Amino acid sequence: VNIAFRPELFIPEFFLLAILALLFIQTVAGKKWAAKVKWLPWAAVVGAVVAAVSLNLQGTIFYGAYQVDALSQFFKLAIAVGFAITCFNAVPRTSVPEENRADYFLFLGTSAFGLMLLSSSVELITIFLALEISSYSLYALIPQRGRDAAAAEAGIKYILFGAVVTALAMYGLSYILATQHTTYLAELATLSWSWADSPVAVVGLAMFMAAMLYKLALFPLHFWVPDVYQGASNETAAFAATLPKLGAVVVLVRLAVFLEPGLEVTTFLAVLAALSMTVGNLSALVQNDLKRMLGYSTVAHAGIIMLGVVSGTPEGMAAAIFYSFAYLLMNLTCFWVICRLSHDGRNLTYNDLNGLYRRSPGMAMTLAVAAFALVGLPPTAGFMGKLFLLNSAWAQGYQWLVIIAVLNTAIAIFYYLNMVRHAYTLEPEEGAEAAPVLKASGVAFGGVMAIALLWLGLAPATIFELARVAGQTLFP
Amino acid sequence: MTMVEAGFPVLSALIFLPLLAVVVLFFLRGDGVIRAFTLTVGFVEIALLWPLLGFDPALADFQFVEQKEWVAAWGMQYFLGVDGISILMVLLSVLLLPLCVLASWRYISSRVKEFHICLLLMTAACVGIFAALDFILFYIFWEAMLIPMFLLIAVWGGPERRYASLKFFLYTLAGSTLFLAAIIAFFVQTGTFSIPELMQHEYSFQFQFWAFLGMAIAFAIKVPMFPFHTWLPAAHVEAPTAGSVLLASVLLKMGTYGFLRFCLPLTPDASVYFAPLMIGLSIASILYGGFVALGQHDIKKLIAYSSVGHMGFVTLGIFVFTVRGVEGALMQMVNHGITTGALFLMVGALYERSHSRQIGDNLGLGRRLPAYMFFFGLFTLASFGFPGTNGFVSEALVLIGVFSVNTWAGALVIPGVLLAAAYMLRLFLKLAWGAPSSVSGWKDLNSREYIYLIPLALLVIYLGLAPGLALRVINPSIVQLLTPFEVQFVVKQSLEEPNPSAQKPEHRLRSTGSLAEEPQILEKNASPENPYSFSMGKNQLTLAEAAQGERP
Repeated sequence: VNIAFRPELFIPEFFLLAILALLFIQTVAGKKWAAKVKWLPWAAVVGAVVAAVSLNLQGTIFYGAYQVDALSQFFKLAIAVGFAITCFNAVPRTSVPEENRADYFLFLGTSAFGLMLLSSSVELITIFLALEISSYSLYALIPQRGRDAAAAEAGIKYILFGAVVTALAMYGLSYILATQHTTYLAELATLSWSWADSPVAVVGLAMFMAAMLYKLALFPLHFWVPDVYQGASNETAAFAATLPKLGAVVVLVRLAVFLEPGLEVTTFLAVLAALSMTVGNLSALVQNDLKRMLGYSTVAHAGIIMLGVVSGTPEGMAAAIFYSFAYLLMNLTCFWVICRLSHDGRNLTYNDLNGLYRRSPGMAMTLAVAAFALVGLPPTAGFMGKLFLLNSAWAQGYQWLVIIAVLNTAIAIFYYLNMVRHAYTLEPEEGAEAAPVLKASGVAFGGVMAIALLWLGLAPATIFELARVAGQTLFP
Repeated sequence: MTMVEAGFPVLSALIFLPLLAVVVLFFLRGDGVIRAFTLTVGFVEIALLWPLLGFDPALADFQFVEQKEWVAAWGMQYFLGVDGISILMVLLSVLLLPLCVLASWRYISSRVKEFHICLLLMTAACVGIFAALDFILFYIFWEAMLIPMFLLIAVWGGPERRYASLKFFLYTLAGSTLFLAAIIAFFVQTGTFSIPELMQHEYSFQFQFWAFLGMAIAFAIKVPMFPFHTWLPAAHVEAPTAGSVLLASVLLKMGTYGFLRFCLPLTPDASVYFAPLMIGLSIASILYGGFVALGQHDIKKLIAYSSVGHMGFVTLGIFVFTVRGVEGALMQMVNHGITTGALFLMVGALYERSHSRQIGDNLGLGRRLPAYMFFFGLFTLASFGFPGTNGFVSEALVLIGVFSVNTWAGALVIPGVLLAAAYMLRLFLKLAWGAPSSVSGWKDLNSREYIYLIPLALLVIYLGLAPGLALRVINPSIVQLLTPFEVQFVVKQSLEEPNPSAQKPEHRLRSTGSLAEEPQILEKNASPENPYSFSMGKNQLTLAEAAQGERP
C-alpha cells in the first residue's frame, strides 16, 4: 500500500477541480459574472484531452483506497467527454435564470467530479462517499427548471428514493464489514460469496449493489427514471440519463469480479437483466413524451449492460465498458437533438418531430443515426456494443438471456423507429407553432456526434482495445 | 479451402465507390446535376466490374478475396470474396443502379438528393451482402440495407407508405434478430466469424437444428415464403418504381442467397431434416402466389404476388439438393431479378402516363403504344417461363431437379406454372387489347425508357437462348456446395440400393429425415468440365425424361 500522495495520478481530477474553482468564484462574484459561462464547454474539452493524455497512469493513493488503473482512466475519459458534450448542450439552452447559471454548472461539474472519484474507488466506504458527492449535486440540479412544479416533484422523488437506497447501501455495507471483516475490494474478491458459505455477506452485497442498480435504473429500481426525466429540464435530463450510468457501471464491473456464473447473486442479476429489458421496452412502447420514452429505454439498456456484468469474464467486462461508452454517446446525441428542437425548454412529444426533415435535414439524419444506434442496428456503435455483450454472455452459457435480448430488439425498434417516422414521413400539424430556427453550429455538432456513432460502429477496434485492457485489470 | 486473392481490390471498390459518391452528393446542388452525377457513378460502377470478368469459372473457390484485420479481439475480419453462387448477384446489383436512376428521372421530383443517396447506399449494401465472407460483416450489410429501403418506401412511397414501410421494417428486423443469435452461437462454438472457416467445422445435429431455425426464419421472411409474405405486396405497391425494382431484384434474393450460403453448408443435416417442410412451403408459395395474383386489379400487386410464386421456385430448387435444382434456383434468382425488375420499371413508366396502377385504367395500349407493349409482352413471356426466354431455363431446371427426386412434388408444381401463364396473359390481354382504350394523348416509349429497357430485354433473350456461360460460372460452386449431401447419398447408395430409380418416389418426402437416407438425390453426370453444351431442344427432352422418372 502506497501511503504517499502522488499528485500526478490525480491530474484529470485536478483539472476538473480547477474548473469548479473558477465556477465557484463566478457564483460569489455577483450577478454580472454568473451569466458568463461560455468558456466552460471549451475548458471541458481541454479536460477531455487531459483525461486522454493520462490514460496510461497507474498506481494507488490514499492508503490503497484510490486506484488509478486502465479501468478508472478509461471511465474518467468517458466522463470528461460526456461532461464536455453536456456543457455544449446546456450552455446555450439552459432553463435556469441568468444569475444562477454559474451555480447550475458548478453542481453539474461537482457531480461529474464525484463520478471521476467513483471510477477510481476500490474500497467500499470510498465508493460510498464518491457516490454521494455525485448524487447530492444531482439532487440540487433536478428541480432547477424555472418555477416548474413537475420539476420540483421530480426533485423530491429523486432525493427521497435516493435517500432510501443510500440507507440500504449503508446497511448492506455494515453486513459485509461484519462478516468479511474488510472493505477493500481486492481482499473481498478473495473471499467466498456463495449463499452456503456466508448468507449474510451475500445479502449485504446485494443491498450495496442495489444502490448502483438504482443509479443504473435496473428493474425493479427503475421507477424513478421516467418521472425524473420528464420533470427535469432537457439539459439536466441529458446529464442524468448518461453520466451517472457510467459511475454505476464502473462500480458494478469492479464488484462483478466476485460474481462467478452459477452463484445465486449472478443468476438473480441475470433474471433482473431480462426483466429490465422486457419491462423497459414494453413500457416505452406506449409513451408519447420523448424524455419518458428515453427514460424507459434507459431501463432496457441497463438490462443489456448487465449481460456483460453477469458473464463475469474479462471479455464480458470489456463489452460492458465499451457499451456504456457507446450508450453515453448515443443517448447524448439523441438528447442533443431534443434540446436543440425545444427552443423554449418544454418537453417534446413525437408530434414535435413532425417534418423535422424539412426544417433541418442534418438534424433529422442525426436523430435517425442516434435512434438506430439505440436500437442496436448496424452500422452503429450500438450494434457493435450489443454484439460484444451477446457474444460474451452466450459464451458463459446465458443462451436464454441472449435470446431474450435479441427478441427485445424487435420490440424496441418500434418506438425508436417512431421518432424517425415522425421526422421523415409526417408533416407538421395545422396550427402548430412556428418551428425554431436551428443554428448551423448546433446542426454541425450533432453531425459530428452522428459520425462518431457510425465510426465506432464500423471501426470499434481502437476503443474496444482500451475497454479490453480496462477489463483485463480486473482479473490480475 | 484455397482462395484466390484479389490483385486490385475490386469488391471493395464496388462497395466504397457509392459511399464516396454519397459524400460528394452532399455538396452538390440542382436536381439535374444530382441525377447526372448518380448516373455517372452508376456507369463507373459498371466499368469497375471489368476485373470481375477475370473470374475463373472452373474454380469452386472464393475469388477476388480481400482479407484484413478488423476487430482482432473478437476475430472479426474485413473479408470479401465471390464464388459462383454470389458473382451473378453482384453483377445484377451493380447493373440496377443506373436503371433505377433513369427510371426515377421524372417520377421523383421532391427530395431528389436524399433519394439518390438512398439508391447509392442500397447499391453499396447489396454488393456488400453478396461479397461478405465474414459473418458479422454480412450481418452489418444485411441490416444496414434496411434503413435506405425503409426511407425509400416511407418518404417517396404511395398514399399508404407509412403503414407499408413500418410493416416492412418490423417484419424483416424481427426475423433477423434470431439470426444474430445464431451467428453468435456459431462464433462461440468455433471461435471464428469467417464463413469459409465455419464451413470446415462439423456441428452436432442438435446445434444444427436450432441454428437452422434461427437463420431460416430470417431468410424465409426476406424471400418471402408463404406464410411470411404479407409485407411484400404492401411494400411493393407503396414503394416508388426504383424501390420496387430494388426490392424485387435484389432484396428478395438475399433470403434465398442466405439459404444457399449458410443453411446448406453450415447446417446440412438440419437442412435435410427440414427439407420436406421447406418444399411444402415452397409449393404452397407457388400455388398461393399464383392464385392470389390471378385476382388482382392493381398491376403492381399482381406482380408482387407473382414474385411470391417465382421465389417459391427458388426455395423449391434449393431444398431438393440436386445439382439441377440448385442451378435452376440460382438462375431463377437472376432471372426473376431481371424480369420482375423490368416489369416494375414498365409499370412505373405506365404510371407516369396514366397516374394509375389499376388494370382498368390502363386498357387498350396495343395500338397507341406498340413499342411499350412489345417490351411488356417480352417480359410477360419471360415471367411465366416461355421457351426462348430466361424464365424457361431456370424453371425447367428446377422442375428437372424436383421430378428427379419426387414425382408428386413435381406434379403439384405444374399447376403453378400454368397459373403464371394465366395471370400474366390476362394482364397482357387487358393492357394490349382491353376496350375501351384508356389512352388519351400518351406518348410511346421515349429514349430514356428505351435505354433502361433494352439491356434487360437483351439479357432476357441472351439468358434464354444461351444460358451456357452463366451455368458454367455457377456449376463448380454448386457441385462443391452439394458435396456433403452427395457423399452421404453415394455411400448409402453403394451399400444399400443398387438400382435406386426403381424405388417408389412418393415415400421419399413422406417420413421426416428420409431424404438423408435416400440415394440418387444428386445427379452424377454433373461433371464440371462442360456439362452444358445442350441446346434448347435437348433441354426439353431432359425435362420430359425427368418427368417419366428416367435418368437423363
